[in-house]
Amino acid sequence: MLNISASPHVRHQDSTPSVMRDVALALLPAALASAYFFGVGSWLVIMVSVASCIVFEALSQLVMKRPQTIRDWSAVVTGLLLAFNLPADIPLWMPVVGAFFAIVVIKQAFGGLGKNFLNPALGARVIMAIAFPVQMNSHVIKESFAGKSFLSSLDLMSQATPLAAVRMANDPDAISSATQVITYDYKQLFLGYKPGMLGEVCILALAIGAIYLLSRKVIDLYIPLSYIATALIFVTLAGEDPLYHLLSGGLFLGAFFMATDYVTNPASRMGHIIFGIGCGLLTGLMRIYGASPEGVSFSILLMNILTPHIDQLTVFRPRRRKARLNLVPAERK
Amino acid sequence: MSFFKRRNVGVHPVYAKNTSGANPRVLSNISQVKIPVCMQIGPPPQVCVAKGDQVKVGQLIAKPEAPMSVPVHASVSGEVIDIVSEVQANGRPCDVVVIKNDKRFSPAPELEAPVVNSKEDFLAAVRASGLVGLGGAGFPTHIKLNPPADKPIDFLLVNGMECEPYITSDDWLMQNRAKEIFEGISQVLRWCQIPQAIIGLENNTPEALAALNKELATRPDKDKIKIVSLPAVYPQGAEKVLITSLTGRQVPPQGLPHDVGCLVMNVASLAHIASYLENGMPLVRRLLTLDGPALNRSGLYDAPIGSSIADLLDFAGGLVKVADKVIMGGPMMGVAVSRLDAPILKMNNAILVFDHETAKLPEEGPCIHCGRCALHCPMHLMPTMLDKYARKSDAEHLALFDVNECIECGACTYICPAKRYLVQNIRVGKQIVRNYQAAAQAQQTKEAK
Repeated sequence: MLNISASPHVRHQDSTPSVMRDVALALLPAALASAYFFGVGSWLVIMVSVASCIVFEALSQLVMKRPQTIRDWSAVVTGLLLAFNLPADIPLWMPVVGAFFAIVVIKQAFGGLGKNFLNPALGARVIMAIAFPVQMNSHVIKESFAGKSFLSSLDLMSQATPLAAVRMANDPDAISSATQVITYDYKQLFLGYKPGMLGEVCILALAIGAIYLLSRKVIDLYIPLSYIATALIFVTLAGEDPLYHLLSGGLFLGAFFMATDYVTNPASRMGHIIFGIGCGLLTGLMRIYGASPEGVSFSILLMNILTPHIDQLTVFRPRRRKARLNLVPAERK
Repeated sequence: MSFFKRRNVGVHPVYAKNTSGANPRVLSNISQVKIPVCMQIGPPPQVCVAKGDQVKVGQLIAKPEAPMSVPVHASVSGEVIDIVSEVQANGRPCDVVVIKNDKRFSPAPELEAPVVNSKEDFLAAVRASGLVGLGGAGFPTHIKLNPPADKPIDFLLVNGMECEPYITSDDWLMQNRAKEIFEGISQVLRWCQIPQAIIGLENNTPEALAALNKELATRPDKDKIKIVSLPAVYPQGAEKVLITSLTGRQVPPQGLPHDVGCLVMNVASLAHIASYLENGMPLVRRLLTLDGPALNRSGLYDAPIGSSIADLLDFAGGLVKVADKVIMGGPMMGVAVSRLDAPILKMNNAILVFDHETAKLPEEGPCIHCGRCALHCPMHLMPTMLDKYARKSDAEHLALFDVNECIECGACTYICPAKRYLVQNIRVGKQIVRNYQAAAQAQQTKEAK
């Protein structure tokens, strides 16, 4: 007896797990770089974050009596992205709390993969930034890289981020109170010799991952380009150095890896561009005027919330605006 | 705004045109044929032979009664041993004429080339030749060639785009039967008063393009015929997609090609018209591609209509793996058959035999909102939304999102990374809308009484 099924009988090789695995692979260079810039501590944070995301996913699906989907790699991607947004010296129980919010509250409570309205990693990061302000604001750098003291010291020290440093330099009050203002050149910023979250510092490694994702056609350039271009135009108009902004903070990580999350961004190209421009404007606003000089997480989260509306305006609407429900037989009209 | 224009429309399946360049082998050593009379869209013809009759190749065995019906002819000579009703691959029962093959293939004596002096003669000849759309749909050609008088036809579009993977039958025809194809085009242009023809090809068949160009140079009506080679992308050969790519016109919703002044014909149909006008032999054989990973040897075959798939497989050298799924037509739109003794039909352009590995159905995951289905849909629909509403049986939203515009090409299901059964549910959605409309209609008649 032969099997029968409705056509089509062949499928494209890309699957949800393969897409997620590609994202995880693309994050690998930055994860490796973080070990160089922050020591093995960063790998501990990454491993705790990934492991707890997987465990929470499995547990919540068990409790909610849903089919187990931990093999689709999406929890691994969430764990990696969450870790990338944490400082390397964070106490190791905190990523577990973050993973709980990301997986259980933001993802599974709303229906699991495909149903979450926020990027789980970013949502958890913002919750953690509010819950643990001191630990989450520790922007660390290896003492040896900071050009300080002992040549081979592996200890981490907290320092103002490049963006905070610029702000202090521009602010006469801050300058008087701060003991010194450290500046960074483009090469330092690009390679990662700067304080910051563990996954965001090495732009080179992130760029390698982004090129991989682009070549595998997992993401396209519509969101990253419109996002980065808008943000940079905004800061340029505000009189700051755009290249410095591109290479500082979480803009690169956010534009290529967070804003491009399928579930929480619009489905069409037009939607992608609107989404990118929105993220760029919000990031620019927050970087110039916000309470904290970093604005990437909040801007992407805000645009995540707007995604269903962007979809309504762009792709998920009837093709013909005046489409009528052609259901009632003609004579009845 | 061309920046936002969706260029990625359609998908690029692995083409696997393994049989390209091969010459067809003729299948004749078979014990019997089973010819179903329903091989077309519309009411089937009525069987007009009885058990025990002796028939010859090309002899009429089913006579058309309804205007849409197309006659069916014997494909072998021999004795009619049975007339049975059997369920076909489309799930509907149909009368089947079983003929024992005497292996002489003697042609019916009454066959002769038709005399054509007017459009009516031409349409009658096309109908008598047993021709239905050979591209796969099986729409009666004599109806297609005779659009309403208020819809003048500006273009005859010749479909040489074999966008489905594996299939190379039309490619072979264009390479080796270019003369007949052009003859068919000239006949249609002449009798249906169409000013010009455009032949559409995909750019992965350069040999066919060369053969057609060579032949075109010798034609007296070469000024009327244009050959256009387009990028190979599935479903470039789908009627509505082809019309838009060749003429820029768009068939309106629920419309037909003649609403935009187009007539689309497959190269195989045109070649058959030419050969019928030449020698009067109706459609009794079919050129088809036999391919698939379970096969010992793939190739092109010229098989009598009604011969069973099993006979064809034996002739081709059998299987190397257990056949798990057998598809009539291409892998994107073909119909899976349940039995190996299913007969080969007029509109079969391929038989594909899949092994267990290829036939495995993927498990469905949740929609991850990647938007690929909408990006690749040739009709610019939103498959994921239609899928959602079909699962909810929401007829109003299905109609609002133009479910009936779907051409069921399957590009959305093919591309979906979550492996969702999109087009399958959209087909269900079409039925939901039909049911809803029928219910509304019934309600209305009830109220009127």
